Amino acid sequence: MPVSETNDVKSNRLSSADYADNFSDIHPPLTPHEALVEADRCYFCYDAPCMTACPTSIDIPLFIRNIQAGNPVGAAKTIFSQNILGGMCARVCPTETLCEEVCVRETAEGKPVKIGLLQRHATDTFMEREQPHPFKRAAPTGKRIAIVGAGPAGLSCAHRLATHGHDVTIFEAREKAGGLNEYGIAAYKTTNDFAQDEVEFIAQIGGITIETGKALGRDVTLDQLAADFDAVFLGLGLPGVNALGLDGEDALGVIDAVDFIGVLRQADDLSLLEIGRRVVVIGGGMTAIDAAIQSRLLGAEEVTIAYRRGQETMNASLYEQELAQTHGVVIRHWLAPKSLHVSDGAVFAITLEKTGLDSATGKLAGTGELVTLEADQVFKAIGQTPDAGPLEGLSIELENGRIRTGADRRTSHAKIWAGGDCIAGGEDLTVVSVEDGKIAAESIHKALMA
Amino acid sequence: MADLSTSFIGIKSPNPFWLASAPPTDKAYNVERAFEAGWGGVVWKTLGEAGPPVVNVNGPRYGAIWGPDRRLLGLNNIELITDRDLEINLTEITEVKKRWPDRAMVVSIMVPCEEQSWKAILPRVEDTGADGIELNFGCPHGMSERGMGAAVGQVPEYIQMVAEWCKHYSKMPVIVKLTPNITDIRYPARAAKAGGADAVSLINTISSIVSVDLDNFAPVPTIDGKGSHGGYCGPAVKPIALNMVAEIARDAQTRGLPISGIGGIQTWRDAAEYIALGCGTVQVCTAAMTYGFKIVEEMTQGLSDWMDEKGYATIADFQGRAVPNVTDWQYLNLNYITKARIDQDLCIKCGRCHIACEDTSHQAITAMVDGVRHFEVMDDECVGCNLCVNVCPVDDCITMVEMTAGSDPRTGRPIDPDYANWTTHPNNPMAKQAAE
Repeated sequence: MPVSETNDVKSNRLSSADYADNFSDIHPPLTPHEALVEADRCYFCYDAPCMTACPTSIDIPLFIRNIQAGNPVGAAKTIFSQNILGGMCARVCPTETLCEEVCVRETAEGKPVKIGLLQRHATDTFMEREQPHPFKRAAPTGKRIAIVGAGPAGLSCAHRLATHGHDVTIFEAREKAGGLNEYGIAAYKTTNDFAQDEVEFIAQIGGITIETGKALGRDVTLDQLAADFDAVFLGLGLPGVNALGLDGEDALGVIDAVDFIGVLRQADDLSLLEIGRRVVVIGGGMTAIDAAIQSRLLGAEEVTIAYRRGQETMNASLYEQELAQTHGVVIRHWLAPKSLHVSDGAVFAITLEKTGLDSATGKLAGTGELVTLEADQVFKAIGQTPDAGPLEGLSIELENGRIRTGADRRTSHAKIWAGGDCIAGGEDLTVVSVEDGKIAAESIHKALMA
Repeated sequence: MADLSTSFIGIKSPNPFWLASAPPTDKAYNVERAFEAGWGGVVWKTLGEAGPPVVNVNGPRYGAIWGPDRRLLGLNNIELITDRDLEINLTEITEVKKRWPDRAMVVSIMVPCEEQSWKAILPRVEDTGADGIELNFGCPHGMSERGMGAAVGQVPEYIQMVAEWCKHYSKMPVIVKLTPNITDIRYPARAAKAGGADAVSLINTISSIVSVDLDNFAPVPTIDGKGSHGGYCGPAVKPIALNMVAEIARDAQTRGLPISGIGGIQTWRDAAEYIALGCGTVQVCTAAMTYGFKIVEEMTQGLSDWMDEKGYATIADFQGRAVPNVTDWQYLNLNYITKARIDQDLCIKCGRCHIACEDTSHQAITAMVDGVRHFEVMDDECVGCNLCVNVCPVDDCITMVEMTAGSDPRTGRPIDPDYANWTTHPNNPMAKQAAE
């Protein structure tokens, strides 16, 4: 096939108005009146399924009734009492597979109460009105806890520990706190520096010190933390990314999607970001979707997501898939990357092999049929990996490379707890990380005060 | 096509929908627009005595309660009777009636409770060619402080006296408009009848404070920091009005007295309910003030379609049909046994029936069966109260089913097909011995 060997990557593909428009809030917040009308749709169910579906067990019927009764600030307090990152979760939770999926109005009419948007209305109103911090710190206990990682798990754990009167120091490798909330979420899902506002809000409880630019294994070691502090919580996240394992992977234009998303989030001027005319994203999860949509929004003309299995096994929710499609992203299933085409050190195309399930073994197998797609950029979004390096020598049990914890999020080391994406068995969701941090904090509190 | 025309105490109108005496009928301009829109008649906003007209407040006159999407559920007002000159009103009434001879033109009147005052105004109104008069004995605010409106309507003797004056000094049909702000509506209705009134209309507005402003701690609407009770109307008052209409319709002394029904009529169905309880016409105000005059199209069309469907050719065919079925509690059949049934295919599992029954009633609905979320009625606890039906958000999901055979699992007693009421119940110390 005729393939152009030029690598068309450039910045300034759009007008400044287009950039602003494309990266504004993807789901505009409800107006106060819309919130009242939407809140009235809630049936205030008994033993509500939405509440059971929420990993942090937010009392959803109660907070919606707070809104209905003209008390959005009270609604926010109801939310924060279970989930101190309720503001971010309202933006990034895949509600369509959690609370809203089990809403009885979904059962009844296929139109669930817009729980996510109502939660956002409550938490945004709380922030806008500059309310005093809703929780009061208990008398100081004198106990000191080190937390590694200022992502959702670490921040949630820190807040709950601080509320109990403990002193918390968070060590964060990056320049800013927030973890994936700051670096890993599509820009249009969290506009106006919300992640930093939330970190500030959480720290208002007092007793929390955040030391940024301090990486575990480089600036601090785990055995030192375990020795210096009364307890340690690890919220390390997944710092590594999987590789395609193809020749030319280090060529210009072959990029980790997480890095692309992080750079985009940190960019002050989106027009300076370079984007290819034709972009291929490899993967089937939320990262793939976020990278693909944002490529389109930066002005890429053709964006294709290539996923090696069928639609039913994609990690991205159906809702997110449709969102990508309505943004002009083409999702192609049953295609596995086979080779990268590089010219002058830059990628210009990718060849993929059609796949299928082997009729005998039921396993994924290549069919031998090849497809070549022109690609000025190839984004890799085929999963992130844990880094167990800094844990070595501390007899912390792992499971498939991730940290093994009990139901109380305590590791095999008596002084160390862990939560979020770095532990085994998690769902890699912000809201699950928040719950992990909360559970661990309660367990640490119990252990230290025993 | 059903015939919607009515003849109410001799007053003819092409349909039973009249606009009640209120702001929408204060001027020729409004009334002509109403007639153009299709209203069957109007009761012109209440006229007072000749001389300097009353004055209204210059701040807010209305307060309201709303549903979540600002649907207006109840309205209250502190407006007085017409604040326009009597002569202007009389001239306009004359002209409008002349232009719209087929529409009912009734004039509402409120003057001091003195014979001379009534004697003076009645011929003036009669000269307009109006079809009848309505005596405003109902306004609960403002005018009542001056001995008029509800101050008259709350004293049956005054009602009778004024009605007699009106019948004496005029040939016009007389409708007495009743205030609901009394304990037993039958007394003022009986007084109106005794005074020779041709009909009653009800209800006027209910004394109300619609809300309290929690910032300045004053009733709404607030006039310079103070508030006064107003008159409440709109959909919220319909159940109160229906009961009062029924009380008059079935009272031995007032049975057959023509009634013009008023209170929260928003649709044809509301009107049909009033007519079924004996009303000859209905009067509408809040719905028109909320949506404009066009709503009468829905009302006439809806009533006509329903009558066609049911085979009623005229209003009289179903007028009063519900009256014999309104009775006293003591005559309700205590042998009639129902149980709630939940349609599991329709159930969306919100659990409202369960928690309502569990927390506040009879513990007769499950929440969990065999470890699964499941809502089902336990007949051995169900008293058939209907609360679950009323709190269920799904139409027809829960229904009340009559038991006609076997025994009631709750009491263990066999179902008795015979009617039996409290008057003969063994637990009633006042029970009458069955006549053997």
